[in-house]
Amino acid sequence: MIWFRTWKLGIKSLLLHPMRSVLTVLGIFIGVASVIALLAIGEGISRKAQEQIENLGAQNIMVRSIKPPDDGSGNFGEIKPYGLTRVEKDLMERTISTIDSTVSIREMPMRFTYSGNANIKPMDGRLVGCSPAYREVVGLKIDRGHFFTDVENDSATPVCVIAAQLAGRLFPSEDPIHKLVFLPEENVYYRIIGVLKHKDATAAIGGSLSAQDFSMDVYIPIKTMQGQFGDTRQKRTGGSFTAEIFELSQVTVRVRNVADVPKTARLIETTLRRSDPKREDIAMVVPYELLEQAKVTKLMFMIFMGMIAAISLIVGGIGIMNIMLATVTERTREIGIRRALGAKQRDIIHQFLVETIVLSVVGGVTGILVGLFCPIAVNGLRAGLETFFPAMYAAMPDQIKDMTPEIVPSSVPLAFGISVIVGVVFGLYPAIRAAKMDPIEALRHE
Amino acid sequence: MNQTTIQSPARTTNAVEIHELQKHYVLKSETVRALRGVSFDVPQGDYVAIMGPSGSGKSTLLNLLGCLDQPTSGSFMLGDDNVALMTDNERSEIRSRRIGFVFQSYNLIQQLTVVENIGVPLYYQGRNDRESVKRCIDLAKLVGLGERLDHRPNQLSGGQQQRVAIARSLVNDPYFILADEATGNLDSVTTEEILRMFQRLNEEGRTIIMVTHEDEVSVHAKRIIRLKDGLIQSDIRSENRVVYDLSKPVERRVED
Repeated sequence: MIWFRTWKLGIKSLLLHPMRSVLTVLGIFIGVASVIALLAIGEGISRKAQEQIENLGAQNIMVRSIKPPDDGSGNFGEIKPYGLTRVEKDLMERTISTIDSTVSIREMPMRFTYSGNANIKPMDGRLVGCSPAYREVVGLKIDRGHFFTDVENDSATPVCVIAAQLAGRLFPSEDPIHKLVFLPEENVYYRIIGVLKHKDATAAIGGSLSAQDFSMDVYIPIKTMQGQFGDTRQKRTGGSFTAEIFELSQVTVRVRNVADVPKTARLIETTLRRSDPKREDIAMVVPYELLEQAKVTKLMFMIFMGMIAAISLIVGGIGIMNIMLATVTERTREIGIRRALGAKQRDIIHQFLVETIVLSVVGGVTGILVGLFCPIAVNGLRAGLETFFPAMYAAMPDQIKDMTPEIVPSSVPLAFGISVIVGVVFGLYPAIRAAKMDPIEALRHE
Repeated sequence: MNQTTIQSPARTTNAVEIHELQKHYVLKSETVRALRGVSFDVPQGDYVAIMGPSGSGKSTLLNLLGCLDQPTSGSFMLGDDNVALMTDNERSEIRSRRIGFVFQSYNLIQQLTVVENIGVPLYYQGRNDRESVKRCIDLAKLVGLGERLDHRPNQLSGGQQQRVAIARSLVNDPYFILADEATGNLDSVTTEEILRMFQRLNEEGRTIIMVTHEDEVSVHAKRIIRLKDGLIQSDIRSENRVVYDLSKPVERRVED
């Protein structure tokens, strides 16, 4: 009951100066809302990055072939082979005992069309030659039909499995199964035996900046590809003509035990760079290490955000302290009266502390409520940017475009706790100052 | 009139016993001896006026009597307790339980209502039950403010505010009512009204100690103590005390 009355009195005193109280609350409000919102945005960004890396598979190590920059040293017309070879792949598999399996793919940019429908324009996509095991390693999911089998691979059958989005574009109104995909550049057909489910893009690998997109892929048995295209790839653009020779675009190594991933990565590195330590035509991506790195980055980011939020809370706290000091001076007479009528020092401390706690808790609660609306606000902001500044929006990295703030559940009690602590810490000094006043002097105060 | 609310407890001892009370203030290197050995007793039911020019130690004595300050030496007994030896906390406690203050400038808390203001000493005793609220309402009625229970001090006249203060001074059933120039801010008619109230309370057994510099006020007391230079100059029973006839009402023109 006494407590209740003290709280009621505190709220009453604050309501005597509504504007002042609201402005004071605003300091804490902004601090708490920013704690929640910044942590949510931080979590959203890092969650996205982490998901993309996780999609690569923590057990996997990818080695990719990279086309070296043309240094102009070769003779005119000479075409140098580059990248991973089938021999190297076998060598890794044979000599490194921690490797469970390897899957190699060879990919080429390609245009696809469907000759059965005259309205369909050729689509740019990616032709991927792989073994049936690739499906499991990358985590491709079959929607309809089936993925090609070892038998189909070994016999170099001209069959293919296509990604969901490409299927939708090429066959807007038909069932793609058993239809023929036509490659106008190469003049070959593949029979569709399966359609994949949609797969989210994964983190960028092989030194490219953009995330790896699977939406326009066509998968064919690697032996089919080898048989039809060999190891060279020629391209005619206008009058000029380029050619490149590479055996494999990427080898995905699956390690038996996640803990062995960093060690295995080192072994692969030495194996592949044995003859030429400065070899530039391969790049290795270790999702496990990326993941570890992402965790560290996230931690740093969180600390950084936390510091910003802490600063704004301290500023809010100083605001509270400032206003309470003014209030104490203003109410010196009241303090004197209360002391004369029997208030102990701790009663006075209590009274003023209650007021600061009310201020900071109101700021905390409203801050939390507004902070929780941060995902909606971010979406609104994004929509606004997209409508009014399309150029600026287009220039933003995908990670920001796709980012959804994730409220960190622990940030709510954290923010609330901090706001109460700020109220107590910054309210204590003014309250003690009030309590320490000489009652006689305070009574005489005008 | 509600007898239970104002009935004084039957005490036979002195309300206040002061012996050789001294109070020195140290200002820089100089020591100001505000009280230089003051002794007197105030028996139960007495009505004392403490007078003296400024600088006589009047205010210092008032602060000591109100347990707001600690004497440098000497003893100050309130019932069985020696206030001179008390800590700040204990003095707060005794202020809330056994002392009734009435100030010149009323000293009501602006954001509280009449009833809440009367209840402040009880609140600091930790009492906030229905019974205490009832007691506060009874006292408000006793001082004639039964119609203004929920008013705030700024909605009341000076005389009404002082009556709230008197009700507040009675709420904890004090050893004595300590009035500090209680009529100093009031016009003559209101002054009479307040002094009548003091007289009535005294006749009902309340001990009243009032500090004043006005002879027109002190003539109503039974006893006048005059201070000069920190010592008692005279301590006499008033021979020509002016007593109001309480059966006749005051002119009602200020009763707004």
